[in-house]
Amino acid sequence: MNNSIVDHTNSSTRIFQFISTLKASWKSWIGIGIVFGYVGILIITPLAALAVSALEKGLGPIVTSFRQSYVLLSFWNTLWIGTIVVVIHAIFGTIVAWVFVRHRFPGRDLINGLVDMPFAISPVVVGYMLLLLFGRNGVLAPLVEATGIKVAFAFPGMILATLFVTLPFMIRELVPVLETFDIRQEYAAATLGASAWQTFWRVTFPALRWGIIYGITLTFARSLGEFGAVLVIGGAAQGKLMTTTLFIYHAIEERQYTAAYSAALVLGLFSLALVIGSDWLRKKENR
Amino acid sequence: MLIIPFLIILQDGLREGLSELWRQVTLPVAWHALKLTLWTAAVMVIINTIMGTITAFVLVRYEFPTKSILNAIIDLPLAIPTLVTGVMLVVLFGPQQAVGAWLKQQFDISIIFAPPGIIMALLFLTFPFVVRSVQPVLLELDLTQEQAAATLGAGGWTIFWRIILPPLTLPILTGALLSFARAIGEFGSIVVVAGNIPLVSQTAAVYVFGEVESENRLGASAISVVMVTIAFSLMILANYLRKLSKTRGAEEAT
Repeated sequence: MNNSIVDHTNSSTRIFQFISTLKASWKSWIGIGIVFGYVGILIITPLAALAVSALEKGLGPIVTSFRQSYVLLSFWNTLWIGTIVVVIHAIFGTIVAWVFVRHRFPGRDLINGLVDMPFAISPVVVGYMLLLLFGRNGVLAPLVEATGIKVAFAFPGMILATLFVTLPFMIRELVPVLETFDIRQEYAAATLGASAWQTFWRVTFPALRWGIIYGITLTFARSLGEFGAVLVIGGAAQGKLMTTTLFIYHAIEERQYTAAYSAALVLGLFSLALVIGSDWLRKKENR
Repeated sequence: MLIIPFLIILQDGLREGLSELWRQVTLPVAWHALKLTLWTAAVMVIINTIMGTITAFVLVRYEFPTKSILNAIIDLPLAIPTLVTGVMLVVLFGPQQAVGAWLKQQFDISIIFAPPGIIMALLFLTFPFVVRSVQPVLLELDLTQEQAAATLGAGGWTIFWRIILPPLTLPILTGALLSFARAIGEFGSIVVVAGNIPLVSQTAAVYVFGEVESENRLGASAISVVMVTIAFSLMILANYLRKLSKTRGAEEAT
């Protein structure tokens, strides 16, 4: 009895929907047109313009500019800063997300709000904060002297800056996954005699795997593109400290447009490929 | 790692007392940079809120080919480094480029090294925020309410204003706040698009960068304090709104 009522409303809803889509179809096409026009002007045209102007004279100039040793070096620096950042966040981000979901503690809400802060704070201010901490007259200058590790105007500072900026990604990817994870699976494993370590590797980790992979990709893509914070803490670094974004900036300042555009195109396409690729993998896995 | 840097910047900004902080903030160049940052961000938020809501609506309610492609394009701005975004806009609208020169000649509009470029860059960067904030709520909206309203003789506009919009206000506001917070601090794209022209196209973040470079610690710290305070309050507000819409959603479900 109940069932038939539900079925009836469902089918009438469907008919209603069908009629309303027919009726609204010309309106819907206006809406679709507006959205495509907006996205086309705002996102697609600039992308295409960059690609066209970088490839204007063919692949030749791109290849020559990439043959220059400092361009390659800048890509190399960017990649390894990104790798270090990803490794640190993969470990600590997982731990933070874990503690966050599994434990209730005072100040939890406050920390929940703080995790997103790097997203809103200007990268320039992030770099400046680090400079105030580790710079010549910085608060931690004695520590810098004592350990002999140079932070400001050096790689450790650039890595710290990138770590700060990419902080939310891993945690925000993992928290929802951990929240939906059924903790009874862990209890079951423990009852069956698995050690804590075995439980983690065999039960929890496989469930988190896609969250971790996606978090890593976003962190990596974001760190490849980091510019403001690295620029300030790196001291508008030249030469050995150059990253790809810094190279693009300097090339524009020096009016070497072909080099700047081709490096920008390569960096942009690389980040895009990373994010789109991991998104595609995740969708495939979900299916 | 998060809290110490804040305290450092607050302490440094207030080192010489509140009146000195105020003096630094109200210096003509700094004041202009802050105003420019705020009004370009505000214009962006208005356009982004309207277009983001329309986009979310079209994505959820209408069926059309290439819908999945459009859905994927929304996230592109998140994947592209902001510096590259700036470069893209300069390539398209720069004074020496075809489109930029044409706009200048026909309409006397300059986009690069001017506020419109800043607004375009901000629109590009923040496009996903409103869409992604509204989309899930719109998906879960109960269609029967709209049908009931239609049965009772309500027109399209009445249904939109009375039935569809009210549950969307919180997510729209959250998305708008996030875009605004993100826009206040933006540096990479703006430094390329707007350059560093004091009193014309210099935003707060670019101003801080300039002061750091010229080792004017007082000025850099003062504007940083203002920016961090704005970011902090906006994020707290956005978080609160998100919670509010969650509890409201839960209430409706029961």
